[in-house]
Amino acid sequence: MKTLLILGAGTGGTLAANKLARRLDPREWEVVVVDRDERHLYQPGFLFIPFGQLAPADAVKPKRNFLPRGTKVIFSDIVAIEAQANRVKLTNEPRVISYDQLIIATGCEIAPEEVPGLKDGGWRKNIFDFYTLGGATALGECLRTWPGGRLVLNVAEMPIKCPIAPLEFLFLADWFFRQRGIRSKVELTLATPLAHAFTKPKAAAVLGGLLKQKGIQVVPDFALCEVDNARTTLVSYDNREVGYDLLVTIPVCKGAEVIARSGMGDELNYVETNKHTLQSRKWPNVWVIGDAGDAPTAKAGSVAHFMADVLVENFLHHVRGEPLADQFDGHANCFIESGFGKSFLIDYNYTTEPLPGLFPLPVVGPFPLLKESRLNHWGKLLFRWVYWHMLLPGRLPLPSRMSLAGKRA
Amino acid sequence: MATIELAGKQFDVDEDGFIQDTAQWNDDVARAFAEQEGIVELTEEHWKVIRFLRSYYLEFGVAPMIRKLCKETGFQLKYIYQLFPTGPAKGACKLAGLPKPTGCV
Repeated sequence: MKTLLILGAGTGGTLAANKLARRLDPREWEVVVVDRDERHLYQPGFLFIPFGQLAPADAVKPKRNFLPRGTKVIFSDIVAIEAQANRVKLTNEPRVISYDQLIIATGCEIAPEEVPGLKDGGWRKNIFDFYTLGGATALGECLRTWPGGRLVLNVAEMPIKCPIAPLEFLFLADWFFRQRGIRSKVELTLATPLAHAFTKPKAAAVLGGLLKQKGIQVVPDFALCEVDNARTTLVSYDNREVGYDLLVTIPVCKGAEVIARSGMGDELNYVETNKHTLQSRKWPNVWVIGDAGDAPTAKAGSVAHFMADVLVENFLHHVRGEPLADQFDGHANCFIESGFGKSFLIDYNYTTEPLPGLFPLPVVGPFPLLKESRLNHWGKLLFRWVYWHMLLPGRLPLPSRMSLAGKRA
Repeated sequence: MATIELAGKQFDVDEDGFIQDTAQWNDDVARAFAEQEGIVELTEEHWKVIRFLRSYYLEFGVAPMIRKLCKETGFQLKYIYQLFPTGPAKGACKLAGLPKPTGCV
């Protein structure tokens, strides 16, 4: 009997478990999944919690419900991955698991302690994140009664999880404060280390235009050095300052600490991964899916979803002793909530930036790309159901390769 | 596409002034960019940053993470801003002849 060990049961790990459980012979393979948290968090929902559009409890379900039957599920912290010895040490029983193949899906998380002043003064008083369930919930409580003032959204350092969420937050904030009738008392500012609103030029132009139209100021090339709590001011490395009354921060994002403890990561604890095959660059029996790896694409659930098909095929090639045939193209797509019941949709990969057109099918779409529409907004709301019932079980019928059909270059 | 003249030669550049064909780069290009950026003289420390960025880019096809740059050169980010007032991306990468870093996505 051989062991496939999957570390992490978030989007990537759950998908890999579901897809591989259907393809591996249960008389030959035992699938073991380890995670430290029994709750599966619907992270795309965190965006809506601060604006009272989603109850925190509706973003949580038990992880076990989404893992395949016959899988051994262990809830435990991981002490270390010992890749040389093909084993993983846990804090709980059985303490040590030896594996034949390992899939790392330990994700990434915010590390506010990386920026001086971010966590030691106004944290959760006038400084909030919305990348954690606790942060999004606390921010929601604050926003309900916030009297107005300078709201600054700051991205501390790239890469961050979901590079589009900061923009969506500002679009929704504009809508939210209009609903509350206090938009004229609120100054909205985006302070970003990027030169433009987004990382890809065509989308940056469209989204930058929308920010301007909504009266949201952009402070570009702003590399955050420290947060001065006494003066409620952000200070950049080139000594520029941005004052705030309410700071919404996207802190530095890092891979899991266990990756650092195991000596498997780069400076931000991301596992060195072949960006096309999704195999570790050091160990041929180690695979990486989702945010945990260093592939130069967005850290987002849609990417983990598109990676899963490639990873599964390459995994099967590898255990049969065949060459790895499948190539991940960096495919990402996402709905961009723009407020007032509308959304954009973008679709891109390592080499092709987001283009206008229709998705997923040419001519009939139905979803328009790089364009604001009500239909996209309904798509985004419907996606929560799709996530739990189709995406996580590995039954969402979208090809992993990005298609140029229906797009206008 | 815009062009600029640096060290007596024409270069295609993007809207932020980054040269498009990295193979055209040489030390004189770095010096000409330095003058544009208001850097009086390129010291050994400037070159250490430029050479690391270039060798990393030629090997991996992307600019390194800022943290990697700090670790490999031994300079704190604050000091890199003293060397290159417009910062590691807009300043140092431009001098090193890299295309504009996109922030890894």
